[in-house]
Amino acid sequence: MTREELIIPENRIYGKPTLMNDTPMHYCPGCSHGVVHKLVAEIIEEMGMEEDTIAICPVGCAVFAYRYVDVDWIEASHGRAPACASAIKRLWPNKLVFTYQGDGDMACIGTGETIHALNRGENIAMIFINNAIYGMTGGQMAPTTLMGMKTATCPYGRQADLHGYPLHITDLAVNLEGTCYVTRQAVNTVANIRKAKKAIRQAFENSMNKKGTSLVEIVSTCASGWKMTPEQANQWMVDNMFPYYPLGDLKNTVVNEK
Amino acid sequence: MKSEKFATAAVYQWVAHTRSSKFFTFSFLTLQLRTMTEEIIISGFGGQGVLSMGKILAYAGIMEGKEVSWMPAYGPEQRGGTANVTVIVSDDMVSSPIVSSYDTAIVLNQPSLEKFEPQVKPGGAIIYDGHSIIQPPKRDDINVYRIDAMEEAARTGNSKVFNMLVLGGYLKVRPIATVEDVVKGLHKALPERHHKLIPMNEEAIRRGMELIKKMN
Amino acid sequence: MDNQKDFVLLKGNEAIAKAAIRYGYDGFFGYPITPQSEVLETLAADKPWETTGMVVLQAESELASINMLYGAGCTGKLVFTSSSSPGIALMQEGLSYMAGNELPGVIVSVGRGGPGLGTIQPGQADYYQAVYGGGNGDYNTIVLAPNSVQEMCDCMGKAAELTFKWRMPVIVLSDGMIGQMMEKVELPPYRPRRTDEEIAKQCPWATNGIGLKNRKYNFMSTLEFDPAVMEERNQKMAAKYHQVEAEEVDYELYRVDDDTEYLIVAYGISSRISMKAVDLLRETGVKIGMLRPKTLWPFPNKIISQLSERIKSILCVEQCEGQMINDVRLATEGQATVFHSGRSGGMVSSPMEVVEDFKSMAREKMSNNWPKGYWMK
Repeated sequence: MTREELIIPENRIYGKPTLMNDTPMHYCPGCSHGVVHKLVAEIIEEMGMEEDTIAICPVGCAVFAYRYVDVDWIEASHGRAPACASAIKRLWPNKLVFTYQGDGDMACIGTGETIHALNRGENIAMIFINNAIYGMTGGQMAPTTLMGMKTATCPYGRQADLHGYPLHITDLAVNLEGTCYVTRQAVNTVANIRKAKKAIRQAFENSMNKKGTSLVEIVSTCASGWKMTPEQANQWMVDNMFPYYPLGDLKNTVVNEK
Repeated sequence: MKSEKFATAAVYQWVAHTRSSKFFTFSFLTLQLRTMTEEIIISGFGGQGVLSMGKILAYAGIMEGKEVSWMPAYGPEQRGGTANVTVIVSDDMVSSPIVSSYDTAIVLNQPSLEKFEPQVKPGGAIIYDGHSIIQPPKRDDINVYRIDAMEEAARTGNSKVFNMLVLGGYLKVRPIATVEDVVKGLHKALPERHHKLIPMNEEAIRRGMELIKKMN
Repeated sequence: MDNQKDFVLLKGNEAIAKAAIRYGYDGFFGYPITPQSEVLETLAADKPWETTGMVVLQAESELASINMLYGAGCTGKLVFTSSSSPGIALMQEGLSYMAGNELPGVIVSVGRGGPGLGTIQPGQADYYQAVYGGGNGDYNTIVLAPNSVQEMCDCMGKAAELTFKWRMPVIVLSDGMIGQMMEKVELPPYRPRRTDEEIAKQCPWATNGIGLKNRKYNFMSTLEFDPAVMEERNQKMAAKYHQVEAEEVDYELYRVDDDTEYLIVAYGISSRISMKAVDLLRETGVKIGMLRPKTLWPFPNKIISQLSERIKSILCVEQCEGQMINDVRLATEGQATVFHSGRSGGMVSSPMEVVEDFKSMAREKMSNNWPKGYWMK
């Protein structure tokens, strides 16, 4: 059998979602962003929402998200994606509107916009990539940086007296009445990827069903920022991030309704 | 503060010094006669209905087909502070909504009288509420009117029509709008749910017309 | 009387809100600040979401407001916000993003005394803020300067037209006095909001997903890693700005004729005050007129240059310590001397103060020894 004879649709058991284009990704090897991008593309495609999606990317590593997934993207200014999305969903109530933000964007510079969008119960989904570091600017301390963790701006480790404590924005979101679904996921194993996909899908469906705001935190790695190999980074995340940011659903009012 | 007319005369003199006198064929007075412009300041405590009285007057002006402006002195929201509003009703387009002298000053408390008495144009009018003013106006080059609106409002047990009594008094001495047009204005100015109160207000305006007294 | 046009008595701020509903605006996003809070208050009371479908949202801050405007603009919707000086200061970043992505959006600025928190009384010290902008980068915004409540109303229609025509944010620069004063207004007839299809047709660049299967995806981004590409974008925008400068200048002349010897240049509330000053001076035989820019950007350079060929003394009246005066000076191309008149910090000139300042200016001229660029106080 020749190569050409093998590569036929009938033999295909796995493929790239058609919404993902061939632009080479700028993400570092081992980065969680690529996986989450793929999940987002898959879900939009499965939901048949290509023409009804307005995606909002942040300032941070995912600033170029628009290059890889073929839907209409808006790059918001740093931290303001929730405000941007709030307006869009209100003006286009039948569109799928979601933000895709990192920890610096969502939990630091944009905390105000995040909390208020969640609290108003905007019918949007928010995907929150938490890798505990500023990746794009070169590994500085993030609001979610763990205690004792070393970064470019806390080279001797994060200390409470100097830097304060990590911000649990997802746990805060649980207490806000506007949120309908708050969950924490990861994409380090196939099983976790499947769970994360299910979570994002539910968040998107909540947006379309106007249930309130859904927040999906993805505890992620930043191999470059953490100065590790991808493999080490995954292990470090399991050992250090998961105990501090435990995975699972934190709030789900939509399930309770059923 | 100088009145505008006085100051205009000053310009006249100054230009006369520096320029040929052939320019001065028009006098300031001809401007006054050519068109009707009434510049009014209404001033008192917040809660006395100063701003709404100005608004109703402005609406009445619109009903008369005139140009109007209503310019409040605004500040941080508070009760009982001083409130004043400049209302201009004119046949021509209103240029400046703020002026430094007035044809009529309606003063409803002592500080307002002290502030605005000097700013009434010679030949203009000042209207004050008898109960709210301890030291009445002293100028003899203006017409001084007193209206005991506070007392009347207290007597009838309806404090809400206080400003309409004053408005009636004003319209008596400066008939810039008919009572009918004021009532039309009230229909426009008030939300529908308050329209049932209009007859009571109309009555107060007519009563105010009877109450006002010239003091000099 | 009944066959008259149906005039209503409105505050400038109320007129903005009512006009926006009638001009078919899709949304308002704003945060309370004196002296413009009546805009949001009026919208909330009128409930346009039940009639025209217009969205009204009280945002958590001016930062959020402008970014809501940004998001809405990206999707081709006609939206506006309103604020006052310190709030507009917070919006500058968003304005730069909107200009950079060539987005529509209308920003109403009801100026008060500054700097900092300043006062809540009327001010015109935000000329630089509006015309030159506090956001980063090479950009311009169209700046309209209404001087009456009727014009506040009309500006909302004009801004809606210009912002889509040129794909750039439009600022309506007003002040606390025009915002707070009431005048009679004739409101425009209701214009329906654009349908999704109309938006798609008018804004093929918009990121709203419409027709994605038959086109490449759209995106809005101001980030470029290649400076050459960024330069290209800037050059393209600059070419557009030059075109706006050539086509959209708007001004009004008041009592300017062939033998006018003195000129007042004033915008907004200062132009109203100056009109009265011109009347008072004309009555005493002074040949004076007024030029009122109705657009501050683009600025009426040409007419000022032409007039200053024969008018050698210009009084620039503005309620600040002198901002527009520099644009007037540039416009005269050195042919006339420009003097300042005005109060600041929330104080407002009376017509008589303008007359007094004019007298001082003319005295300086008579004595023939006034220095160039002398700022009269």
